[in-house]
Amino acid sequence: MRSFTYERATSPQQAAAIVAERKGAKFLAGGTNLLDLMKLEIETPTHLVDVQDLDLDMIEETAEGGLRIGALVSNTALSADPRVMRDYAVLSRAVQAGASGQLRNKATTGGNLLQRTRCPYFYDTNMPCNKRSPGSGCAASAGYSRQLGVVGISEDCIATYPGDMAVALAVLDAVVETIRPDGTSRSIPLGDFHLLWGDTPDKETVLEHGELITGVVLPKPPGGQHYYHKVRDRASYAFALVSVAAVLQPDGTGRVAFGGVAPRPWRKDEADAALTQGAKAVVEQAFAGSATRDDNKYKIALAERTLAGILAEARS
Amino acid sequence: MKYEAPVGKTIFDDAKIVGKSTRRIDGPLKTSGMAPYAYERHDVASGQVYGYIVGSAIAKGRIASMDLEEARSAPGVLAVIAATETDPLGSSNFNTAPLFGGPEITHYHQAIACVVAETFEQARAAAALIRTTYDRDEGEYSLSRTVEQAASDTSKIVSENVVRNGDFESAFAAAAVQIDQTYTTPDESHAMMEPFATIAAWEGDKLTLWTSNQMIAWGRAAMASILRMPKENIRLDSPYLGGGFGGKLWVRVDAVLAALAAKAAGRPVKIMMQRALTYNNATHRHATIQRVRIGADKNGKIAAIAHECWSGNLTGGMDENGAAQTRALYAGPDNLTASYLTELDLPEANAMRAPGEAPGHLAIEVAMDELAEQLGMDPIELRILNEPETLPSNPSIKFSDRHLVECLRVGAESFGWANRKSRPGTVREGRWMVGMGVAAGYRGALIMKSGARVSIDARGKISVETDMTDIGTGSYTIIAQTAAECMGVALEDVSVDLGDSRSPVSAGSGGQWGAASSTAGVYAACVELRRMVTEKFGYDPETASFADGMVRDANVVRALSEAGPLSAEDTMTYGDFQKEYDMGTYASHFAEVAVDAYTGEVRIRRMLAVCDAGRILNPLTARSQVIGAMVMAAGAALTEELAVDKRFGFFVNHDMAGYEVPVHADIGQQSVIFLDTLDGVIAPLKAKGVGELGICGPGAAIANAIYNATGVRVRDYPITVDKLIAEMPDVA
Ligand SMILES: Cc1cc2nc3c(=O)[nH]c(=O)nc-3n(C[C@H](O)[C@H](O)[C@H](O)COP(=O)(O)OP(=O)(O)OC[C@H]3O[C@@H](n4cnc5c(N)ncnc54)[C@H](O)[C@@H]3O)c2cc1C
Ligand code: SF4
Repeated sequence: MRSFTYERATSPQQAAAIVAERKGAKFLAGGTNLLDLMKLEIETPTHLVDVQDLDLDMIEETAEGGLRIGALVSNTALSADPRVMRDYAVLSRAVQAGASGQLRNKATTGGNLLQRTRCPYFYDTNMPCNKRSPGSGCAASAGYSRQLGVVGISEDCIATYPGDMAVALAVLDAVVETIRPDGTSRSIPLGDFHLLWGDTPDKETVLEHGELITGVVLPKPPGGQHYYHKVRDRASYAFALVSVAAVLQPDGTGRVAFGGVAPRPWRKDEADAALTQGAKAVVEQAFAGSATRDDNKYKIALAERTLAGILAEARS
Repeated sequence: MKYEAPVGKTIFDDAKIVGKSTRRIDGPLKTSGMAPYAYERHDVASGQVYGYIVGSAIAKGRIASMDLEEARSAPGVLAVIAATETDPLGSSNFNTAPLFGGPEITHYHQAIACVVAETFEQARAAAALIRTTYDRDEGEYSLSRTVEQAASDTSKIVSENVVRNGDFESAFAAAAVQIDQTYTTPDESHAMMEPFATIAAWEGDKLTLWTSNQMIAWGRAAMASILRMPKENIRLDSPYLGGGFGGKLWVRVDAVLAALAAKAAGRPVKIMMQRALTYNNATHRHATIQRVRIGADKNGKIAAIAHECWSGNLTGGMDENGAAQTRALYAGPDNLTASYLTELDLPEANAMRAPGEAPGHLAIEVAMDELAEQLGMDPIELRILNEPETLPSNPSIKFSDRHLVECLRVGAESFGWANRKSRPGTVREGRWMVGMGVAAGYRGALIMKSGARVSIDARGKISVETDMTDIGTGSYTIIAQTAAECMGVALEDVSVDLGDSRSPVSAGSGGQWGAASSTAGVYAACVELRRMVTEKFGYDPETASFADGMVRDANVVRALSEAGPLSAEDTMTYGDFQKEYDMGTYASHFAEVAVDAYTGEVRIRRMLAVCDAGRILNPLTARSQVIGAMVMAAGAALTEELAVDKRFGFFVNHDMAGYEVPVHADIGQQSVIFLDTLDGVIAPLKAKGVGELGICGPGAAIANAIYNATGVRVRDYPITVDKLIAEMPDVA
């Protein structure tokens, strides 16, 4: 770990302004991802701006009939909120499927959106990795890629966005709210928030340096039946091989997003539209243009089977 | 004392303490955080500073240059030890991979430097400032390739262990029913909770190592040879370990570097090997490729059985003999069991819990299931039909005490085996496909010479000293039970001091020999102490009895405390008569699994082990051993695999997030039944080990249960969802 300085922010705008001013500055929320990466010198911030004192830990109802989740709401609090459990069960289930009880107590809504990939070569600083050190190459691309991406990836990086919460947010049409260093705010649809890797896999989201997430807004409840099925190698405490979030209406229409397969929660309008035709049709649409490797091509079949299980449950 | 012949009745046959479920005497210390592990021994030496290990970035080749200047001038740094500035150290004689010194690199994450600083953070930060360049050599990292090459080029086999009885090939060719299958198991990591850790301090030319090690005397000898100093000047102390599983049979580079660093810094140095280094720096279980052929008649009587196992290691390393249990399990007059070793440039493979037998069962016990199915027979009846009278691989050898058939019968009854549907894929509960599987288990019962010192103080309290270790197994407790029983005192009146090289040399913890061997050593010392007490009291040693803190002979009684202080030391050794026997432990293992018909996710609903391992010295701690071993077997069956990068030559998933051991949610209920058996051949306590028996078989029972649930046979471990769904019927 490199040495760094530390301060606690007193207001969102002040936090944004301090980070914007200093090139090597970063926000610190729960620290469950950032601190791990700092110990390995994968992240080397020179200044940390701790946002934990900010007034962003509330879940409030919006005028539109939805919910605004503060950026500092913990994963535990989010998944246990009665309104979330009742009206957005897919989100509650997705959050519960992630990490462990201890981690969810610390992990925040904002930090969770920004958690970095779990590509094993990204974590091994002896290995070439375009995301960690741009231009060094991608060790995973012809290596051990069983966990890695099959769609939306690039020549330069085949990593996935590994999280669960955001997959549910994607089917809920959530919007990320931010404040910029100049005090202006903006609303970013979740589907636009994470970037595809292209030839700059070190750039992962549309956020500018110093832009602080203040919350996530859920539109009014979508109704229907909610499903989150996370498939992994053991029953808990593991990242998804494939996850499927779905909200299904009684007439068979609905929305679906896939996790563990792409640089972002993977949702396609054409895939949603195919829901009435069954899992195969949905997956054909969602995974059009996929680029698989021998050891990860199973993910497409697994996505289809996982969705088929959800659709069967919805019918029964 | 020498054990020359099987005993008849002993004091343990009427025991009041030995054989009774007894809570661990170290339990309160463990649960309250008061049992200090190596890295936490803050009080043993003052002025401790921190070492941080740097691992090689290549798997094979040599260091071209190391720039150490920046690290040396970083804040808080006291010393930097570099491989390029250190001559190769002596060999440990226990391992093949060199631990430190010189520019040659033989495996990934081999230690190349150690930074010592006032704080851990300073050492870690400075370590990142070392710049190393390498000349990389090509290496061989693929076991399947070396094994393929060996088929046409026998020089690729660097060692072999082949046992033949009769003429396997002809008998197999003539058999009415044949099975010929190949199974693969991956490299596995011990992944114990406590990483390798050592604090080292010098006083003049005397070195003390507070460390985490299973085999104190081996470790001391190894350090003497590595550092080229007399072993009398080295002390190892390892009273508590957070697991080892064979990974800590040897001293690792934490101990070596702590010793070098403490000398260089002139301060006591503590080092914990970083978790991310442990997978490639230390040893692991070899991957195997195993071929099993079984020929039987139409009624299921086995005529011919062959089990061949291939593994790979660094030059000079050992093999993983997956065929070992097949030498003992089933009758079959014409048999062949073999282990072949090829060379690889991956990190050193070495012993891990039930070496050979743990992966071996994943092959033979599935092959038996496949044979049963082909015969249309119940797999339990098939096993019972082929129960041998003497050792199949060498029929002149008798079994010391064997109740495998009873294990199978008792297990079938208790598990509800009769409810199993023999046709696979027929039990469905909603989205879950449910099935049951069975496997037999065999693990050799090793016994090693072991010593102890037992003393009485003036208050009549007993203390035991031995360099035996407790790696979480319960050694403290069974040793205290043994001494209490022998000396006729209450358990509370016994204290036990373990893991210190100043104490008599014991068997140590490994190969499931620890419990039987170390208690026999304590017994030997107690017999000597009893003799000394009777001599002091003028009693007849043959008739004197020890009970309730009193010693009685005819009509006279004296308190044991009157004999104190008195101390006796002895070592139990064994006569050649044991060579006439195959000493083994036996089990039946059962599993019920549910497999998600859509996703292929496997959940273990129930597991049962029925164990035949002689006298169970402490059913409570023995049960914990078996439960833990069953969990580890579940990991081998379903999740655990060190993923090899065949280009760079290393294990990629080198952390606990990537190397997935089972979690609670994977397994529902686990049960253990111990048969009430006694093996008088092995030792006076008639006890054998269970800690490795428990990992021999459950993985195969799980694999067989998955087959019974789904009709899919995956012979390439671990059985993960990608492999299962590739064969499972369509669901869309
Ligand atoms: C062992 C382990 C297992 C895990 N398993 C899972 C899993 O199964 N599924 C899953 O989804 N996740 C999993 N996680 C990841 C976990 O969910 C994330 O670490 C956590 O959500 C991050 O939140 P945090 O508040 O701790 O973020 P931090 O570590 O504090 O921050 C992460 C990043 O976000 C930035 N940041 C934080 N808050 C803001 C903000 N308000 N505005 C702008 N930037 C901000 C930080 O600068 C940093 O770059 C696991 C983590 C661990 C350690
Ligand atoms: S896949 Fe991406 S994160 Fe992984 S090694 Fe390649 S560039 Fe790095």
